[in-house]
Parts: sequence; C-alpha cells; structure tokens
Amino acid sequence: MKDLTVNHLLGIKKISKQDINLIFKTADSFKEIINRPIKKVPTLRDITIANLFFENSTRTKLSFELAEKRLSADVINFSSSSSSVSKGETLVDTANNILSMKVDMIIMRHPFPGAHEFLAKKTNTTIINAGDGTHEHPTQALLDSYSIREKFGEVNGKKVAIIGDIKHSRVALSNIFALQKLGAQVMVCGPTTLIPKYIHKLGVMVENNLLNALKWCDVANMLRIQLERQDIKYFPTIREYTSMFGLNMNILNQLDKEIVVLHPGPINRGVEITSEVADSNHSIILNQVENGVAIRMAVIYLLAGKINRI
Amino acid sequence: MKSTEILNSLQVSLTIRRLCYQLIENHDNFSNTVLVGLQPNGVFLVNRLKKELESISGNKILTGSLDITFFRDDFRRKSKPLVPSITNINFSIENKVVVLVDDVFFTGRTVRSGLDAIMTFGRPLTVEFLALIERRFTQHLPLKADYIGQSIDTINEERVSVYWEEEHGEDKILLTTPKMK
Repeated sequence: MKDLTVNHLLGIKKISKQDINLIFKTADSFKEIINRPIKKVPTLRDITIANLFFENSTRTKLSFELAEKRLSADVINFSSSSSSVSKGETLVDTANNILSMKVDMIIMRHPFPGAHEFLAKKTNTTIINAGDGTHEHPTQALLDSYSIREKFGEVNGKKVAIIGDIKHSRVALSNIFALQKLGAQVMVCGPTTLIPKYIHKLGVMVENNLLNALKWCDVANMLRIQLERQDIKYFPTIREYTSMFGLNMNILNQLDKEIVVLHPGPINRGVEITSEVADSNHSIILNQVENGVAIRMAVIYLLAGKINRI
Repeated sequence: MKSTEILNSLQVSLTIRRLCYQLIENHDNFSNTVLVGLQPNGVFLVNRLKKELESISGNKILTGSLDITFFRDDFRRKSKPLVPSITNINFSIENKVVVLVDDVFFTGRTVRSGLDAIMTFGRPLTVEFLALIERRFTQHLPLKADYIGQSIDTINEERVSVYWEEEHGEDKILLTTPKMK
C-alpha cells in the first residue's frame, strides 16, 4: 500500500482519488475500533497535536479532539478569543511558539481562506485544515463521501445535490472536489444570489428549483445559511428562503423514490430542513457525525505516520 | 538464496491435527473457549483448526480474526504506512479463554500487540498462544507459545514462509536462507 501523496491535508483539491480511498480503507478499521468496549489504540502515544481554532466550532473540534485522544496523542487546545492573538500576535508567531513546545501536528480552523497553505509554507510541521473561511473543509467532505459510500456501497455514479448557501460554504467546495474525484455527479441548488457565478466551470450542474434537484438526485446534502459570513442581504427573508429551499416531508413525498439526506451541521431546524426530515429514516446525519471521528482518526494516523520517520 | 521445505502438505495436516488434540485435552468441549487468528496469516490457520476441531469433537467452535496494526510498536519506523486488515470478533471475550493463533512465532512482537488488541474487547479469563512454527531463540520479549506445531532453529536473516492451499493452491512451509558473503 502506498503512502498519502501529501504531507498536509490542506484541501481535497490537492489530494488524489487514491489518497481518498486509502483514508476510507483506514477509516473502516477505526470505525470498527470505536465500536469496541475499549475505543482507544496506543498508536500515537509519542505524538502531540495542537488544535488551533480561530473560529467557533463545536462538532468539528470535539470530533478532532476525540479522534486524537482515541489514537492516544497528547492534545493541547487553543482558541483565539482567549489567547495572545487578541493582543496582536501574528499567525506564524503563534504557531511557531506552539511548535517550540515540541508539538508535531497542527489542526487549524481559520476564517481566512488559504491560512493553512500559508502556515504550511512558513512552518515545519504537519497541518490539517479544519475549515478555512469559505474555501475548504476537507475532513467534512471526506466524512460526507464516506457516509454515502457506507449507505450505497460506492460513491461512483451517484447523483448528489448540494442545496443551500453554496457561495459561503467551504463544505460545498470540498464536497464538489471529493465527490467528483470519486466519480459522482454533482449539482448545486439554491437561490441565484447564493450560487457563485462561475461554479459551473467546476463541472457541476446548477439548479434553482428544489423539487427539480430532488427529483434528479440520490443524495441531498442540505447546507445551513451562513448569516455570519453574509455582508449583504442575499434573499428577502428567512421565511421566503424556507418556502423555496427548505426540505420538508411534503416535498419528499412528491418524489417517486427514496433519497438520502445529509447535513454537515449545525442544523437550523425549520429553515433549511424540518425536524421531521432531519429525524426521519431519510437522514443519515448522526451517521455522519460518527463517521467523522473515524475519518479524522484515519487522516491523523496516515499523516502522523509520515512525521520524521524514526 | 536457498529454500528448504520444513513441512510438506501432509505434514502440515498432521501437525494441525495434533494441535487440535492438544487443544481438546485442555479445553474439553470448548464451551468457554474461543480461537482468535492474528491477521493476516493466523486467520488461515484458525480456519483450519476450526474445521478440524469441529470434525473431531462435534462441538461448535467460536473463531474470530484480530488485526493488530494500531497496537504495533513500529509505527513511524517503517518506510511504508502500516495498513490495517479486518477485525472480526462477533462475540464477547469477557471471562472466556482466548487462544491467540498465528502461523510463525518469531520475535514475539506480534503476540505482544495481539495481547493489547484483544484486551480492547473485554477482560478474558486467560489468554493462550498457539503457533504453527516456533523459531527458537529469536524472541525479543519474554513470551512463550502454549501450543507449538514445530520448533525450528534459524538465524535472524532466514525467513519462514507459510503457504496455504486456500491462497497458493498447496500447503507447505519453507525456510529461505539468503546467500552468505
């Protein structure tokens, strides 16, 4: 078996289909392990990982931390609100100070697209992107594709509609790259104002009608409206958005087939998806969360295996 | 490079049969015993033992396979990543007698990893170890096998290769000696 072709996970765009399949194969083993009575393996006992979160996160941060702890890594956590960043320290200085304490790997979320690429060039450590602004969120895309593979047996040939705020979503971009590399067809659906003008150049279909998108797809990945990233109004009201792009049981019942519903979380119940759908058999949202830990364990394990081989 | 046959197909069958009788002596009807093969090569052996034991004793034998990749002590010490195999243990090992099974007992590091890995499934009553081939005087750790098919004396540079009919069309065990300078 070959190594990963990369030394960092900066984005899905930079990794190959073989990399993704290696991560999935490794995640299969970790999924079995995290369902044992004792869910911990000693593999990374000589590795220290710093979680640098310059943006809020609940699920991703907990998932990464759990993955690190289940691999027996030492873990230190950092959030920008309670750090020297608020005193004017630069990103590189912050990272280098942390690395001086013999940290082997940095897992970072940052509001600026490209922050990880910059840090990878400026420091001598392994970096995993846990989300960089509106750019990429590679581990989310990996766990989404992994969950689709788990449900259908393979991703190749599946039709996946990504629905909602495509413009501000790093999940959408990483998902497009991952799904296409694995052979799926991808459609994006949402209000014209929330779909990037040139997104069709990535080879995705564009649809503005929710029912048409749902009739086409096997999988619907529902995205949250990222109000915190919106500097202007992209649609008149939340109520109007929900009436046109909210997924509810009435629309699902209009389809002559069963589709699988994904959501990267956090869910705004009653906006992009109703509780009835989110909690139904269509939804594999909680499977995604469980798979997230296995996928992150696999990514950390494979990248840690490349750190200064002894 | 020179290869010598240690056991041929008939000798492999006879050895497995003898190991089965030794297991039956110690485990009676296997009501509280499970056999777990260490991936990858111990799994072929455990399947053979199961078939033979069930045919001799008529008792149902519980078997599983255990991958030890994440419990190994050579992580970051190999040029290639350690890629895991499948673990399949569909039963509780709590208070059970677990017999770990592998084809070759060499340094003992695989068995050590296997002991750690099996404990993540619960607390067995006791753990025993069965090896088809024991390479004497090569252990790096203070471990011993409880059931041994054949003990052989080798030097570190030599290699013991176990071929299974299921995979290679014929059972045989070869000792390969590299050309000495």
